[in-house]
Amino acid sequence: MEKCYLGIDVGSVSTNLVLLSENDEVLESIYLRTEGKPIATVQKALNILQQRLPSNYRIKGVGSTGSARYLTNVVVGGDCVKNEITAHAVAALHINPQVRTVIEIGGQDSKIIILQDGIVTDFAMNTVCAAGTGSFLDQQANRLNIPIQDLGEIALQSTSPVRIAGRCAVFAESDMIHKQQMGYSIPDIVYGLCQALVRNYLNNLGKGKDINSPIIFQGGVAANKGMKKAFEEALKTEVIVPKYYNVMGALGVALIAKEVVVKKGYTNFYGFNICNYDYKTKSFNCNGCPNICKIVEITVEKEVLGRWGDRCGKWSQSIKRFDKLA
Amino acid sequence: MRVTFPHMGRIDIPGYTFFKRLGWDVIIPPPITKKTIELGSRYAPEFACFPLKINLGNMIEALELGAEVIFMAGGHGPCRFGYYGEVEKTILKDLGYNFEFYVFEPYAGRFKKFFQPICQLFKYEKNLLKIYNAGKIAWEQGKAIDVITKSVYRIWPREEIPGTTKRLYQSAIAKIKKADSVSTIRYIVDDTLKQLGEIKIKKETPLKVALVGEIYAVLEPYMNFNLEDFLSDRGVEVTRTIYITDWAEEQLIPKKIRQKKKIGHHEESKRFACGYLDHFVGGHGIETVGTAVKYAQAGYDGVIQVLPFTCMPEIVAQSILPSISRDYEIPILTIIIDEHSGQAGLITRLEAFIDLLQWKRSKKEVC
Repeated sequence: MEKCYLGIDVGSVSTNLVLLSENDEVLESIYLRTEGKPIATVQKALNILQQRLPSNYRIKGVGSTGSARYLTNVVVGGDCVKNEITAHAVAALHINPQVRTVIEIGGQDSKIIILQDGIVTDFAMNTVCAAGTGSFLDQQANRLNIPIQDLGEIALQSTSPVRIAGRCAVFAESDMIHKQQMGYSIPDIVYGLCQALVRNYLNNLGKGKDINSPIIFQGGVAANKGMKKAFEEALKTEVIVPKYYNVMGALGVALIAKEVVVKKGYTNFYGFNICNYDYKTKSFNCNGCPNICKIVEITVEKEVLGRWGDRCGKWSQSIKRFDKLA
Repeated sequence: MRVTFPHMGRIDIPGYTFFKRLGWDVIIPPPITKKTIELGSRYAPEFACFPLKINLGNMIEALELGAEVIFMAGGHGPCRFGYYGEVEKTILKDLGYNFEFYVFEPYAGRFKKFFQPICQLFKYEKNLLKIYNAGKIAWEQGKAIDVITKSVYRIWPREEIPGTTKRLYQSAIAKIKKADSVSTIRYIVDDTLKQLGEIKIKKETPLKVALVGEIYAVLEPYMNFNLEDFLSDRGVEVTRTIYITDWAEEQLIPKKIRQKKKIGHHEESKRFACGYLDHFVGGHGIETVGTAVKYAQAGYDGVIQVLPFTCMPEIVAQSILPSISRDYEIPILTIIIDEHSGQAGLITRLEAFIDLLQWKRSKKEVC
């Protein structure tokens, strides 16, 4: 019986699974769109995984990350819950132990992680604005009627990129429309957009940080070759896009889960049966005080698995098995 | 006469005692909730910082409960806080409320500004001894809360049974609230410290983090999303760098009559900030830089800076912190908060920051 470890990254846009062997090799990776239904997507992904998994493999540990990490942990019976920043750093270090900078651009947030001698020394995450993340590129590709996977190739055809105002997504869009109406070619506009996003990223997140190579570029947006080229031009150095760039968070948390389980000796994983369970979430307003917190409750077969959303802990702390959120 | 004043941390306890002892009715604004923020942000200028919006919300809620007199603190220097009293007064008048408004100014060498609002109060209360006694008990309460808080956040991350310290803390605060003489308060402090000392603690040293930044963001748990409790629950020792009584002592009591031997918070920060920031930039800019250096030198694992969005003095400090981080090899996390801030993003950052610190420490131990 071969042991393997599962990492699940449920983000705003995509849900990713990575199955890791005992020797830290990626056996399977699954990339699905979350489409606003985190539980159903996790179940779907596990279903796919079950069909692909050779019969002699057993899942010995599960970790979850991403914005739905606590929810996922409750649903699958996870062994560890890790924030995205640490998970991405662990994965990048696994790919290249010398890495100094990790650029990660996902669906709705972007991060920069600075490392030295194999440990994280500094990080930043976008705070006030989501301009320049995957969702915005998605939206623009949609508007231009280009499939998102072709956006990078089209950007590379550009000969003289147009300068697009990139500080704000809304202004970037109106600037793009303006440039389109002026008659600039699509590749020049698309690559101009990539450059604007890179400028915005470096101004917002890279400010005051020493960006040294090797630089790893990961997250869904790393699929866009135009973005990679724009980063290389702006930083004047090579930017590495790893093979599993779009599932790095899941890879990282699988590595962490392995470590946790080896120390702990057992797994909490409920097994593939959970694909068949009917998870119900409901939300209600607590009227205990004028905060009127919105409480989310997740139940399976009438058993409450978890509750969160309250500021005071009245609801979330009434459940023991749940790794409380705050 | 029904008086009120806005919230800031546990200032409601000494504030209540002081005014109550003068024989006035005190209306403590309801605890800060989403409703407070909603009211505050609806009527405050959009670009004003978050503390003003919370203050304004507090005042509106208190006025609705029948408050007639509002007390507010003032300030000086480039921080906009110095003007908030005036702005709030005007907004509330425009909303049609009827009230009296007094702004207490810090001394800062301005004799007239300092004493004018105080003198105006003499029309309500002429007995100086009564004022002195009321002030004395209120001060003792404030001091007691600060002393206990300091110990609590040292023990909390080390406790063996989760929740012990928090329970003790809450009961101590409740006792202080009821206490009516200086000797009772002192007894409560001694007793609580003794009980805190008896809590079973773990052997390993927790990660140590200094909490620096703008005073309201540091002191008001609603604003910083209970940052201290969050970190303490995860076994991180948080050292708060500003306590209300330390700050008040320095601001309200003129330097000449203060105990000479004691260096104030501001004075001390100025010395540590030397070389990084040598000018007064308003607010707590110098304090943030100075205390960051102080705790970096003391061998802390990390520093967390909290500030309201658009806070000028803290932005100045923020741009200086990376050089302190480099010089002392200490990680620094900056958290900017306003009414639009989400808890999820903050939790992700804090968790990642704890991981970073743990990682760094385990690396150090290996070497």
